[in-house]
Amino acid sequence: MSDILVVKDLVKHYEIGGTGIIDRMLGQKASVVRSVDGVSFSIAEGETLGLVGESGCGKSTVGRSILRLVEPTKGTIELAGQDISHVSEQVLRPLRKHLQVVFQDPFASLNPRRTVGQTVAEPIGNYGLKSGDELKNRVQDLFERVGLRADQVDRFPHEFSGGQRQRIGIARALATNPKLIILDEPVSALDVSVQAQVINLLVDLQKELGIAYLFIAHDLAVVEHISTHVAVMYLGKVVEIADKKSIFNSPKHPYTKALLSAVPNSDPDAINNRIVLKGDIPSPTNPPSGCRFRTRCPIAQPICTSEEPALEVQGPGHKTACHFAKEEA
Amino acid sequence: MSISAITQTPSSPTGLMRIWKRYPNIIIGGAMLAIAVFAAIAAPWLGTIDPQTIAPFNRLEVPGTEFWFGGDLVGRDVYSRTIYGARISLAVGLGVVVIGIFFGLLIGILSGFVSWVDQILMRVMDGLMAIPSILLAVALISLTGASLKNVIIAISIAEVPRVARLVRSVVLQLKERPYVEAAITAGTPFILILWRHILPNTLAPLLVQATYIFASAVLTEAILSFIGAGTPPSTPSWGNIIAEGRTVFSIAPHIVMFPGIALSFTVLGVNLLGDGLRDIFDPRFVSRT
Repeated sequence: MSDILVVKDLVKHYEIGGTGIIDRMLGQKASVVRSVDGVSFSIAEGETLGLVGESGCGKSTVGRSILRLVEPTKGTIELAGQDISHVSEQVLRPLRKHLQVVFQDPFASLNPRRTVGQTVAEPIGNYGLKSGDELKNRVQDLFERVGLRADQVDRFPHEFSGGQRQRIGIARALATNPKLIILDEPVSALDVSVQAQVINLLVDLQKELGIAYLFIAHDLAVVEHISTHVAVMYLGKVVEIADKKSIFNSPKHPYTKALLSAVPNSDPDAINNRIVLKGDIPSPTNPPSGCRFRTRCPIAQPICTSEEPALEVQGPGHKTACHFAKEEA
Repeated sequence: MSISAITQTPSSPTGLMRIWKRYPNIIIGGAMLAIAVFAAIAAPWLGTIDPQTIAPFNRLEVPGTEFWFGGDLVGRDVYSRTIYGARISLAVGLGVVVIGIFFGLLIGILSGFVSWVDQILMRVMDGLMAIPSILLAVALISLTGASLKNVIIAISIAEVPRVARLVRSVVLQLKERPYVEAAITAGTPFILILWRHILPNTLAPLLVQATYIFASAVLTEAILSFIGAGTPPSTPSWGNIIAEGRTVFSIAPHIVMFPGIALSFTVLGVNLLGDGLRDIFDPRFVSRT
């Protein structure tokens, strides 16, 4: 299968402070937030990459860079073989229909003053794909496909529950028949029971339509059911990337192990060896030298301070950025 | 207010009754403004005489059956002058709202979207806001000469920064909203994003702001006229009438009182309407029945 999305060495740095007139007169330099610092991965057609990490690790910024809602500082993003990382909005617009998004907050992702039907019809209208009755039928089809009723198209967002709104967001993302949907924590704001429904819906849609997903989440439990591959991010870097089985059965990076130990087990008799990480995630303005995880790592050694571990192949399709990945395995 | 609104049974027979129960400010304020508008439009048919007619015999006449609000220093009918004064006040209010909102919206949207323009425009707006609006208006009028048109323009210039700031802050907020970002990824052209997603959501705070601008413009016009920097003295504006009556306040308080009441009445009505609108424009209250 060919890759629908290839991200190479994606870097996004934000400058904070030092940009105002007075700062410049005083010669103050801006400090740089290394939100995303060299991230590479690819997603094959019809597959799902789960992108996991703590808040502030840059996972959402990766998604937003791919969508070009933020300008990537460096690196390339290839969508279906075409580099979109620095093209102008005019060039990008026709390509956007292959690349859609579902956001985390179902309450903020729909315009409160437009009917949900208008919202779902918007992407179709933009590309002149359909109009009149055809457009109306397409919107009603989309509503039924995501588990809503066709007669609900004329209602306003505030008449729906969180889960229903997220379904509307999914319908909007599906409207242009995209090849890839970025799911930016699509279920984090929902109740657990509703989370399962929405994830099942996404799985069904993928089977039916062959869409690839980039599923951004902050816990592995959510990702487990939907992903074919998983990438774990820590402080702007991918620390481990592999297919789902390898990640869940033989994690090699101590951070992945810690995350996995936090996933609740359905077996009450299982021994829960929970690895609790100490301290907070360091500031991305001033990341630790060497391995970024060393300040919280249970197995850190002197080499971790001096040398940054590269993302190295540990097994088939399994890459880990840790000096001790081989020994640990 | 909101708690009592929830506990009330929503089974009132008509829409107007429901609004009255939920948002009495809108009805009261709207009615007060409607009275002022009616007085301004229908001034010639409300038992008035020419507000400029001088009748020395009626100087400082006390209010009575013939001269309802009495006579002024040169015997002009205070009632007629007060009613005609509504025309000046409302024209100034409306003019300032239209001009102020138009340019404020333009500047606000521009600086909300283009960051280098924002740096320049907002510093200019800060500069304008640093000058008290009355002082700014007085300076502008002394440069251009006193006329109704110049008064409207002068007050508008003082109000533009307030609108621009409001619009800019709303635009900055809205353009980060997921639904705007979703529209960008959906390939919606910039102009349509502005039209569909930004402007409609700017309208509500803008309409509320418009009522406050209206009220403030009416007051500023009266103040300008009162200190002699507004409309020409012969014009029957409320500020002018009060200014003339001030000198004889101790012996003929009615000259100051009636235009003063008219002024307070109009400003209060517009402000009440604004408060009511602010409550009703919360989209959660939008009823689809």
